[in-house]
Amino acid sequence: MRLINRRPARPMAVFLAALPFVAVGVAYWIGSEIRLSANPADKLLPAPETIVATAKQLFTEGDRRSGQILLWADTLASLRRLFLGVGLAAALATTIGVLIGMLPYVRRTLSDFVAVLSMVPPLALLPILFIVFGLGETSKVVLIVVGITPFIIRDLSQRVLDIPHEEIVKAQTLGASTGVIALRVVLPKIIPRLIQSVRLSLGAAWLFLIAAEAVAAESGLGYRIFLVRRYLAMDIILTYVIWITLLAFLIDWALKAASRAAFPWLEESL
Amino acid sequence: MSFVSVTDVWQRYGARSIIERVNLEVAEGEFVSIVGASGCGKSTFLRLLLADETPSRGEIRIDGGAPAREPGRERGVVFQKYSVFPHMTVRDNIVAAESFSRGLGRFFGAKLRAARARADETLERIGLAHVAGNYPATLSGGMQQRLAIGQALTARPRILLLDEPFGALDPGTRIAMHDFLTELQADTQMTVFMVTHDLSEGFKLGDRVLVFDKPRWDPHAPEAFGATITYDFDARDEGVPFQHILDEYPRLAAH
Repeated sequence: MRLINRRPARPMAVFLAALPFVAVGVAYWIGSEIRLSANPADKLLPAPETIVATAKQLFTEGDRRSGQILLWADTLASLRRLFLGVGLAAALATTIGVLIGMLPYVRRTLSDFVAVLSMVPPLALLPILFIVFGLGETSKVVLIVVGITPFIIRDLSQRVLDIPHEEIVKAQTLGASTGVIALRVVLPKIIPRLIQSVRLSLGAAWLFLIAAEAVAAESGLGYRIFLVRRYLAMDIILTYVIWITLLAFLIDWALKAASRAAFPWLEESL
Repeated sequence: MSFVSVTDVWQRYGARSIIERVNLEVAEGEFVSIVGASGCGKSTFLRLLLADETPSRGEIRIDGGAPAREPGRERGVVFQKYSVFPHMTVRDNIVAAESFSRGLGRFFGAKLRAARARADETLERIGLAHVAGNYPATLSGGMQQRLAIGQALTARPRILLLDEPFGALDPGTRIAMHDFLTELQADTQMTVFMVTHDLSEGFKLGDRVLVFDKPRWDPHAPEAFGATITYDFDARDEGVPFQHILDEYPRLAAH
């Protein structure tokens, strides 16, 4: 039988899916074991038990000075920035993307401009954002918006252009104005794509968030990681990294589930 | 007398002539089939009738009105594909035919309920009442086209344009759709233009069959000349004209 036709059965499939996770865990554990046996005070690869103990402490115990549980405070601060940035970017990109896709005049005016804009490396703009918007929340949110909006605009405007011309003509023969076509034909077809687009750009959004927090912040997941880096507190850093990964995964999963629940017609046309 | 009048219509894209010198008078309630080889401009002609394109020369008028510059409620259309809105249920597709011309494209409250009731009547008539709450993707090709025709007629257009509406259907469904369309046309007295690849379908359904072809041909510049109507058949009475002429003019009978 050809390799392309061999498919794993259910138990094998679960095993294969778990394999890379287990492999990474074991590799880490071996590495940590070797380093710790040579030097029990080694900080680079803390033992898994140490990480679990640290994580437990981080999630449950308050700061000695303020009594606040820092991890939750950091999570809240970061998620607020992330949601604000991604939400603003989505709203902005949908408006501009639909306008570019639907109206030839706006397309002529903006599509090349957006294409050029999307080539500007957002992190290179970070100093400018700090200078213009100060070191507070605004600059971090703006970095996320600047970073992912052009990508979503380009994706959505292309999707609007991909709507079959027949459907647009059909709506016109039913007497629909430009506004009605936007509201009743284009937007409903674009929103599922927007969710997908947001899912794809979440990785970039996290990157910009953590970069901005690393440079200047008073709380936030990225801020904490870069703060404890000075003490080589690998157990804390690793806990935060795993926590961020888990959050990103959960957000992605929630968006996917929401899209499935909200757009049954999409499922049925697949 | 003439309802749709096409006067000296040309269409060219750059140096490429698609159709040229098309003149046509169609009476209200006539069913016109348009046939021809691929690329002979019959679909272009339908787009011109639809006002999705503006002719480079000449004009098309419906009932003496001004030539249209964009598609509107006067002209209903059914394409081979993508003729219904996939993100709306079957019922909402029919409601859309009434609500799209409103400010927000939606009905609310009592108006919405009334429109839904009317839509259900329409669905009953076109035999789709049992799938009113489904999305079009769950329907068969024939049912989708029936929905598309029902939707187009709900908007009460002056003329109905069909662009190979049954091209993607299997032969059995196609014959059922012919009966469906013939019945609807008898009920509504709609003026219909139908582009088709299938000659026998054209003759079966049409009162007239127009053939598009290129009368002028330059082998060194195949795109220099466009197509025009080369034949205009009377397709009533199974395409055999004059067989009932004695009923109309008994005086012609030999004594």
